[in-house]
Amino acid sequence: MSAAPRADFPLLAANPGLVYLDSAATSQKPRVVLDAMRSYYENANANPHRGAYKLSGISTEVYHDARREVARFLGAADADTLIFTRGTTESVNLLATAWGHQHVHRGDRIVVTRLEHHANFVPWQQLARDVGAEFRICELTHDGHVDLDQLRALVTANTKVVAFGHVSNALGTINDVPEIVKIAHAIGAVAFCDGAQGAPHLRVAFDDLEVDAYAFSGHKMLGPMGIGGVIVRRKLLEAMHPYQFGGDMIEFVFDGDTTWNVLPHKFEAGTPNVADAVGLAAAVRYLDALGMGVVRAHEVALSRYALERLAAIDGLHLYGPASAEARSGVVSFTLGDIHPHDVSTMLDVDGVCVRAGHHCAQPLMRALHTNATVRASFYVYNTAADVDALATSLAKAKARFHAHVG
Amino acid sequence: MPTSADHGAGSAGLAALYQERILEHYRRPRHKGTLERATGVHAEKNPLCGDDVTVAVRTSGGTVADARFTGVGCSIMQAAASMLMELVAGRTREEIEVLARRFDAMLASGEADASLGELGALAGVASFPTRHKCARLPWMALRGAMEQSKGE
Repeated sequence: MSAAPRADFPLLAANPGLVYLDSAATSQKPRVVLDAMRSYYENANANPHRGAYKLSGISTEVYHDARREVARFLGAADADTLIFTRGTTESVNLLATAWGHQHVHRGDRIVVTRLEHHANFVPWQQLARDVGAEFRICELTHDGHVDLDQLRALVTANTKVVAFGHVSNALGTINDVPEIVKIAHAIGAVAFCDGAQGAPHLRVAFDDLEVDAYAFSGHKMLGPMGIGGVIVRRKLLEAMHPYQFGGDMIEFVFDGDTTWNVLPHKFEAGTPNVADAVGLAAAVRYLDALGMGVVRAHEVALSRYALERLAAIDGLHLYGPASAEARSGVVSFTLGDIHPHDVSTMLDVDGVCVRAGHHCAQPLMRALHTNATVRASFYVYNTAADVDALATSLAKAKARFHAHVG
Repeated sequence: MPTSADHGAGSAGLAALYQERILEHYRRPRHKGTLERATGVHAEKNPLCGDDVTVAVRTSGGTVADARFTGVGCSIMQAAASMLMELVAGRTREEIEVLARRFDAMLASGEADASLGELGALAGVASFPTRHKCARLPWMALRGAMEQSKGE
């Protein structure tokens, strides 16, 4: 059983043999998302916030509704503190650039964790280099969790920001967000959360989480590519300099100076991506209809089954937390001495799509003493039969590779 | 537009890709190790998968007297490196350039080229575009090593 009908997803419906296990990279899109985007272009397309004519007004309204819908889904009552971006990568760059350059100075400290995706690692590393701040990495416990004792020791009085992922894209580890926030806030640092792998799988209640910012990507949560965002505490956003300059984000432009538009426009320079915002709003409505509790329970069940099936394969090494409850729907592994790219190619021929590589987490791979792993990741449309196909294909791959050994 | 159902290669393609000769070179690579009195050494990496290969050559009068490789990576990269080291011993700089072009042509066409010796077995890689880089990485390292060895 899947949590969502495969028939709702045109690509999956058109390819019955496809076993798509790479949703942590990007999810497939339900028809309602594609229809919503098409309908926007066919019925409401005009540049929002610009024209005094009715159609531009409709486009403005549609864009605003999309923002309210996504903010509501993520538990943020103040929708104007949700800034639309291209995705998590741009969101983190916005924070590191606009907030970072204003608040982090020589001698200050930035703390990240060993689990971070490059998108929540490199922007902070480069900010530290630019301003002469310390860049410190919190290591992991043996089972792939952030070592909170080490984090407490690392977050010293000169720490300005703790940047961490909600869920690890490479291992699936779900981080203890309230505890990490508590550690950051205890010394007055801000806590910025990369929710790229959290928002698609777990119910996010931004207003209760106490994080200072939460970044996410639409395309990993059934929405289109090219839209995502970041929700930031209003007082931080209002004090922050703009990230990019241009149309829409200004109030008055004088010959020598400019004043800024109100939130959220101050952080959204240029013509906004209305169609993709509309698509994302349709995606979160779809997820709501499924129920995020159901989505989560489905993923825990699939992960548990996958961990069980894969652990039974001789020579297969699993990474990350031992229990399915401690992970999102991500299972990372290596298969004996077979290189992950070879595994992936052999699975591909059976229609099984998995990711092989460093998962944009090279610092983590070094700590795990490997160059690459194979990663299978599950979402609403996957079934136990997909896990069976994965296990069968892995057994075949092993047999092929080791057939003539000796 | 190709759809996801088009696994151009299929399991016959997989059999061609992972044929015994290739796996044999992967398991028991030839000419793997460091080279004494090398005249050129060059490393190439594929950041996507972490494949990492270093080729060392000793040339004399523009001819390869000996070549060795070291590195870690997938079966295709390792086998390609092993076969390549065997192929280039005794070849001139110009001959190697010709062979490199023939190898690229083979990856484009999928037609085995007898002049490439055992490397002809890698014709099956042609059907797996995402793996072309694996097969080409040792060639890139060899070219770098030959470049460094110029004048020797």
